[in-house]
Amino acid sequence: MSEIKNYTVNFGPQHPAAHGVLRLILELEGEVITHSDPHIGLLHRATEKLAESKPFNQSIGYMDRLDYVSMMCNEHGYVMAIEKLLGIEAPIRAQYIRTMFDEITRILNHLLWLGAHALDIGAMTVLLYCFREREDLFDCYEAVSGARMHASYYRPGGVYRDLPHEMPKYKPSRWHSEKEVKKMNANREGSFLDFIEDFVNRFPGLIDEYETLLTDNRIWKQRTVDIGIVSPEMALSHGMTGPMLRGSGIAWDLRKKQPYAAYDKVDFDIPVGKNGDCYDRYLVRVNEMRQSTRIIKQCIDWLRNNNGPVILDDYKIAPPKREQMKFGMESMIHHFKLFTEGYCTPPGEAYAAVEHPKGEFGVYLVSDGANKPYRMKIRAASFAHLAAMNEMLKGHMIADLAAILSSIDVVFGEIDR
Amino acid sequence: MIELLVQAEPLFIDVLKILAILIPLLVCVAFLPLAERKILAYIQGRIGPNRVGPFGFFQPLADALKLLVKELILPAASNKVLFSIAPIVTLAPALAAWAVIPFDEGIVLADVNAGLLYLFAMTSLGVYGMLIAGWSSNSKYAFFGAMRGAAQTVSYEIAMGFALVGVVMSADSLNLTTMVMKQSGGIWHWYVVPMLPLFVVYFISAVAETNRTPFDIAECEAEIVAGYHVEYSGIAFALFFLAEYANIMLVSAIAVLLFWGGWLSPFQGIPLLEQTFSWVPGFCWFFAKTAFFVFVFIWMRGTFPRYRYDQLMRLGWKVLIPVTIVWIVLIGFAIELHLPPWYV
Repeated sequence: MSEIKNYTVNFGPQHPAAHGVLRLILELEGEVITHSDPHIGLLHRATEKLAESKPFNQSIGYMDRLDYVSMMCNEHGYVMAIEKLLGIEAPIRAQYIRTMFDEITRILNHLLWLGAHALDIGAMTVLLYCFREREDLFDCYEAVSGARMHASYYRPGGVYRDLPHEMPKYKPSRWHSEKEVKKMNANREGSFLDFIEDFVNRFPGLIDEYETLLTDNRIWKQRTVDIGIVSPEMALSHGMTGPMLRGSGIAWDLRKKQPYAAYDKVDFDIPVGKNGDCYDRYLVRVNEMRQSTRIIKQCIDWLRNNNGPVILDDYKIAPPKREQMKFGMESMIHHFKLFTEGYCTPPGEAYAAVEHPKGEFGVYLVSDGANKPYRMKIRAASFAHLAAMNEMLKGHMIADLAAILSSIDVVFGEIDR
Repeated sequence: MIELLVQAEPLFIDVLKILAILIPLLVCVAFLPLAERKILAYIQGRIGPNRVGPFGFFQPLADALKLLVKELILPAASNKVLFSIAPIVTLAPALAAWAVIPFDEGIVLADVNAGLLYLFAMTSLGVYGMLIAGWSSNSKYAFFGAMRGAAQTVSYEIAMGFALVGVVMSADSLNLTTMVMKQSGGIWHWYVVPMLPLFVVYFISAVAETNRTPFDIAECEAEIVAGYHVEYSGIAFALFFLAEYANIMLVSAIAVLLFWGGWLSPFQGIPLLEQTFSWVPGFCWFFAKTAFFVFVFIWMRGTFPRYRYDQLMRLGWKVLIPVTIVWIVLIGFAIELHLPPWYV
C-alpha cells in the first residue's frame, strides 16, 4: 500500500499574492491548509546595521524604505527616538504638520492595502480606484519634500520645511490639451492646504464608492466573514497591534494611549471590530481612513490660523537657513558640521513608538555618546502579525490564504528590514 | 479534372462556409481582448491601450505578434505530447461549436436536429484541454488549476443542462433554428419571459463554464498564479486565451438564441416600430444581442470579487440545480395547461 502524503506547495517568494517576497511552505490536504511555514529574510537589507555606521540624520532615508507604503510614519518613529535621546521637542507647528502627514500616510497605506486586498480576493477595480486617490496624496508628499515616496521630510527637531504656498501644476503636452490641463489643475490653484482640504472634502465620498463595491457585496462577505479569526487573547499573546488588534475588539491605539505629536489636541475615534476576522479588519481600516480625514481636517484648520517655526532654532541639531549660510561664516560652519559629522547625543537609550498604519512601529536607540547610534532596533508591527500566520491559516483553504495574508497587511521592507 | 471539381464542389462550398464563419469569428476573438481592456479601463477610470494605432485599435496585432515570436517552453518534467496538444484540444471545440449556431434564418453551417446536444458536447469537451494542460505540465499550481477547473465545469454543466432542458421542453425540439422560430411573434414571446430564472441560472453557469470572474478559480492569479496554463508561453498560451474568448462569445450567442429570440427583432409585433426597423437584417440583431452579453461578462469582471472553490460548488449544487428543477416542473405544468402566449 502506498503511503498518502500531503501535498506540499511552495507559495512564493515569486507569488503574486505573496505581497513582496514572502515564502510560505504550505502543507495541503486537498485545498485545505494543514500547516504553513513562513520563511522571511528575502528582502533583508541590514537597515539596523547600516544605521550604526552613519550619523543619525543620514538614516532617516532608510526609514522611508522600511515599510515603503507608509514612509513618513516610519520617519516619525525614528525622529521621535532621536528627539527623546537629545531631550528636545519640535515646535508646535511641526507637530501639527507631522500629525497631518502621519494621517496622509495612513490613508496612503490603507488605500494600497484595500486595493491589494480586494485584488487578492478578485475585485480588480477597487485597486485602480485606490491608486487614483493615492496619486493626489503622493502629490502632497511631492509638494513638501520633492519626493513622491521616500520623502525624508521629518527631521529631529521638526520638519524639513514649511508647507508650500502653491502646488505643482500639470503642463499642457501632446496628451493633454490646455483645456484639459486647466481642469486637472482646478484644485491646484491655491496653496498646499487648499489642495489637501479639497482632497479631504472629496475623500469620504470616494470611500463610500469603495464601500458600495465591497462592504455589502455577498461574495465579498462570503470571502471575508469568519476567515482568519484572531481572538483577543491570541492577538494580545502574539503582540499584535494596530488594525489587527483593533479588529479583534481591543481599542488600543498609541495615538490615544500615549499621545505624541498633536494627537492629544485633535478629536477622533478608534474604530474597533468584533470578531477579528478579515471582514472586521477591513471595516476597521476603512473607518480609520474616515477618522484620518477628520484628523487632517482639524490639522488644516489649525495650520491655517497658526504660523510659526517648523524646526528648532538650535543650529547644533537643525541646519540654519540657506540665506544665512550665504553670508554668515558661523552658519556655514554649522551647516558643514551638521552634514558631515552630524551631532552627538548624550549617552543613553530611548524607545519611541508611533501608531503606524500597520500597528506599533517602534525604534529603540542606544547611544554611547557618539554621532551615530551604538545600536538601533526596529520594532516592526507586521513581524508579529506574520508570526501568527500558521495559527490563522490552519484549516482554511488556499483561497483564504490570499485573503488572510493580505488582511494582515504585510510589507516585507518592514519585516525583513 | 472538371469532373473532380464538380465532385468536390459540395466540399469546396463547405470549406468556404467554414471560412466565412471562422475568419470573422477569429477577428472578433482577436479584438475582444482589446474591447475588454478598453471597457475595463473605462470602468476603472483609466484610458486603456492607446498607443498602437488610433485608440489602440491595432493592439491585438501587436499582442499576437509578441506572442508569436516568444519562445515556446516545454517544461523538462512535462509530458511533451500531451503538453503540446492541450491548447489545441481547448481551442478546437470552442471553434467547432459554432458549426450549429444559426446567425439568421437559414444561415447556419450544419442545421442538425440535435444542435443543442452537439453544442453541449462541444462545450463539455473544452474541459479536457484544461485537464490535460494542468496534468501534463507537471506543476503543482497547474495541477490545482486543472482539478478546480474540472470539478467546476462538471458541476456547472449539470445546472446549465437543466436550464436548457426548460427551453427544449418549450420548443419541443433540439434544433436551434426551430427554437428561435418558436419565439417569434414579439418580444413577449421570447423564452426569457417565462423562464427568467432558468436564464439567470444559465448565465451564471455560462460564466462558470468559461472560467470568468467571479468564477475564475481555475486560473485565479492571487491563489494559484495562472492555474492550468501557468507553464505555457508564447502562442500556446495564446491558444488558451483565444479559446476563452471564443467560449465567451459562444455562450453569449447560445443565451441569445435560446432565451432572447436569436435574430428576431425586438420590435416584432409593435405596430409602428416594426416597420421602422424592418430593414435591419436579422443577424444584426443577433450580433447586437450577443455583444451585449459579452459586455455583461466584461462588466462582471470589473465589479465582482472571486468566489472560493467550495462556495462555488455550494452555489452550483445547492442553489442553481434546485432552482432549475423546480422551474422545469413549473414549465411542465405550463405546457400541459397551454399557457398563452408561449405554450399554445
